[in-house]
Amino acid sequence: MNLSDSKKKLALAGVICGLVAACLAFMGNPANMAFCIACFIRDTAGALGMHQAEVVQYARPEIIGLVLGAFIISIATKEYRSTGGSSPMVRFVLGMIIVIGSLVFLGCPLRMVIRMSAGDLNAWVALIGFILGVATGVFALKKGFSLGRAHAVNKVGGTMFPVIMVGILIMAMIPSLLKASEAGPGSMHAPIIASLVCGLVFGAVAQKSRMCFAGSIRDIILMKNFDLFSVIAGLFVVMLVFNLATSRFVLGFNTPGIIAHSDHLWNILGMYTVGFAATLAGGCPLRQLILAGQGSSDSAVTVMGMFVGAALCHNLGLAASGTAMNAETQEVVAGAVPPHGKVACIICIIVCFVIAFTSKRDENKN
Amino acid sequence: MKEVDARGLSCPEPLMLTAEALKGASGPVKILVTEPYQKMNVEKYARDHGKKSTASEKDGYFEVVIE
Repeated sequence: MNLSDSKKKLALAGVICGLVAACLAFMGNPANMAFCIACFIRDTAGALGMHQAEVVQYARPEIIGLVLGAFIISIATKEYRSTGGSSPMVRFVLGMIIVIGSLVFLGCPLRMVIRMSAGDLNAWVALIGFILGVATGVFALKKGFSLGRAHAVNKVGGTMFPVIMVGILIMAMIPSLLKASEAGPGSMHAPIIASLVCGLVFGAVAQKSRMCFAGSIRDIILMKNFDLFSVIAGLFVVMLVFNLATSRFVLGFNTPGIIAHSDHLWNILGMYTVGFAATLAGGCPLRQLILAGQGSSDSAVTVMGMFVGAALCHNLGLAASGTAMNAETQEVVAGAVPPHGKVACIICIIVCFVIAFTSKRDENKN
Repeated sequence: MKEVDARGLSCPEPLMLTAEALKGASGPVKILVTEPYQKMNVEKYARDHGKKSTASEKDGYFEVVIE
């Protein structure tokens, strides 16, 4: 089974993933969040007690399903490879940076596309930053950027991350063991089984189609190749139809209740950070989870960095707040990025530049 | 035969190295990659640029010869 050898198949993969995301939104996930890797990693980190923000704590079965879906399909189709050793600590830091940028914007690239399909103009503004971030990463690649070679490692190494995901799933089944939000976005979710099945399907399709949001823009800039973009386009169209059909499409800025803010500069810079770091890491947050599922310890380390970054965001007050309606006064309270979040975002961009222009491909040493 | 060893490198490095090698090549080019999707990417790149490719699996990696 190969979903990546024609644009039509890739677009079909995007349509399937769009349907999965639409189902999740329909069954209870926050509407324009549906399936957000950064938000769901943040929620899972909260469920494990890594941060104490009570409204965003829930072990999201979608994340577990994604990794296990990629793991199972890669074994079934002989694509599983246990590898590691390509600058793991740099990847850990890039994982932290990706999630910090995501939580300044309020969403990963997948959610950015989902928000765009729901009429959220803030996400369209953020797309500018994302494209510029990927373009900066491409510039570094052209200048010889590389994190070095990964090597085959002990077969058990590649299974560790999927096993951790199974462990979280088992813990989530034990009543009161993990934290679970009673209000806020963390309390809004589809039934566990549905979330898990959707995650498994999404993970399997994403593995076979090589779906990657940073990769799609990167390939257009670098090679004028629109293959990966077809997947994203398929997903966008399905979500757009779903949002229009269910009256979830609201065109505008500063829309209360959709977990987004209209701090334009920081929407741009947040997604610039994500695009830049994801290009350096070799893939967006979704792709990192998929690669971790198919045996890459390097991507697993990147995802662990995302967990730690997500926890830091809430422990240190870096994450943005969404525009909301004051229940008593019925006034719209604009969401914003806190000062610590702005400083963190700038630091992340500087770190990306340092990594990008100091890590060079060396044919002799790599 | 010109050889590009892209084993273990992250995307898009194998394709970038392939493109670079093909630019200055007068004969066949041998590309070594680790992951099955990278092998497919290299084959597709060759096909898109009107070239024939032959892939074979070696011990833990793939060898793609582009002619």
